[in-house]
Amino acid sequence: MIEILDCPMPVIVQDAGRPGYRHLGVPLSGALDPEWLAIANALVGNPASSAALEMRLLGLRLRAMAPLTFALAGACTAQIEDRSGELRQAAAWDNHALAQGETLIVGKLHDGIAYLAFAGGLDLPEVLGSRSTYVRARIGGLDGRALKAGDCLKVGAGATPNPLRLPQAPHRPDGPLRIVPGPQREYFTDAAWRRLLGDEFIVSREADRMGLRLDGPRLEHDPARGGDIVSDAVTPGVIQVPGDGRPIILLADCQTVGGYPKIATVIGADLPRLGRALPGQTLRFVEVGVDQAIAARRQAANDLAECIAGMVPSGAQLDLIALNNANLIDGVIDARQANQP
Amino acid sequence: MSPNARSARGSEAVPAPRLLPLGDGALTLELGDRIDPALNARVMAARDALAALKLDGISDVVPTYRSLTVHFDPLRLDREMLGRRLLEVALAPLQQSAQATRWLLPVVFGDEFGPDLAAVAQATEHSEAAVIDALCTTELRVFLIGFLPGFPYLGELPEWLRLPRLVTPRAAVPANSLAIAGAQAAIYPWASPGGWRLLGRTPVRLFDLNDTARPALLAPGDTVSFTPVGRDEFHRLAAAVAAREIDAAEWQAK
Repeated sequence: MIEILDCPMPVIVQDAGRPGYRHLGVPLSGALDPEWLAIANALVGNPASSAALEMRLLGLRLRAMAPLTFALAGACTAQIEDRSGELRQAAAWDNHALAQGETLIVGKLHDGIAYLAFAGGLDLPEVLGSRSTYVRARIGGLDGRALKAGDCLKVGAGATPNPLRLPQAPHRPDGPLRIVPGPQREYFTDAAWRRLLGDEFIVSREADRMGLRLDGPRLEHDPARGGDIVSDAVTPGVIQVPGDGRPIILLADCQTVGGYPKIATVIGADLPRLGRALPGQTLRFVEVGVDQAIAARRQAANDLAECIAGMVPSGAQLDLIALNNANLIDGVIDARQANQP
Repeated sequence: MSPNARSARGSEAVPAPRLLPLGDGALTLELGDRIDPALNARVMAARDALAALKLDGISDVVPTYRSLTVHFDPLRLDREMLGRRLLEVALAPLQQSAQATRWLLPVVFGDEFGPDLAAVAQATEHSEAAVIDALCTTELRVFLIGFLPGFPYLGELPEWLRLPRLVTPRAAVPANSLAIAGAQAAIYPWASPGGWRLLGRTPVRLFDLNDTARPALLAPGDTVSFTPVGRDEFHRLAAAVAAREIDAAEWQAK
């Protein structure tokens, strides 16, 4: 059990998401950065889809009501305060033990987002097959809402000790976000398309788990077509453009359908980068073909599996290598199957 | 996209089906661009034909007014093959969908349950009774579920009952409100901001998080009719629903 002492920014429970209900209007949800969620879980020996805490901009303070093991994915400043008030550092990309009564203090998140996973996962009821929080309909997580001071969360029992760390932080690709032309590309002028590919866009302050509204050049619709369509389906990564010409990139909690023309879609392999994007950040886009997008998705799955396979025992517990290797094969088997042609 | 995906539109009124890319993990089969029951029926026929193929690697199939979107894992399901299958199921013969259900939902109209009923009657130059009667004698189609979990877009209303949205949306529409806007009606499964005109309220539970097999009562392709109930009957039914004494099957049209 953990007790939340303080969280200045919204902290929510997320797992790999809630697929299978989008025809009933239930968003996919799930971690904005599923790769880092998988890494945080692997560090403490959890399956990749276990529920963890998603933090944005700033972390939290929590107290362990019982001994537990945790790991942080995402660069951040974190310390552990023991019962005598003494502080010790808790590096990201590594796992740490908290004794009963000790406090974990996570401060600024240098990457904008970070995941805090606990060995055994967060023991919350599944709602429609997932523990992900969808705040708008109060589904999942803890009572369907962000955490607040005083909340207590149960950590799953039966975790096998599997202390791992990453030898180095995972590679963070930069460069333009890769897009494929959207279903309503023809609703936009060629000038708008060139602007999307040639200009810079800034993530505005209107940014949440549903989407990022972008400042920068306006993308004008073909006057003969206008800025409305009869609603059809959308998905995370879609760049939709309302009548005012300001693009919105949809994220994990986006609605299932929408009535704005969709000029392009950010490819699946680059979705985790969108999840880390912060207000004020500059975004650029580059067009790729769908085949390249699928190849990039395969590469990303391989990279994640390699990253997890490359984790080393935390501290000096080298005798655990054999055990770790045995467990790791469980952890990455989905990704390896997925990579078969 | 396959070469034949954008086949030329003929002179007939029905455009050729075409595939639209929705990123690398989804494909949209577009059958038209209008709100039209016949077009929506073709979408449902395509959905049923696709389901019968039992393809692996599909996570969600989302039918809308006019299109069918398949969310899938392109590392497990070949995108080209899926595209070909979609263009085939686009031509699936229309039939009464095995999945479609006819619902008859009780509604208490007016007063605090439907605060816009009087204004709607006035704006349409009909009596309140005529507005209620029109809603209860029109069999409405579930075109789409979206906006919120379980939120049904129902249509189409008689021409004379079509009014624009409220200029100023309400900050909080009570859950289970029956509302209209334009040619459409809907029931809010959750309390939510909303700009549609509120005519009444149903005691029926539209979304049940405990029912993983069918959490939303209504599904695209279903039909819905309303039957008026009084205030006392509404409260009796609402209490029975809350106590789970009424099975969802109770609301199916006999």
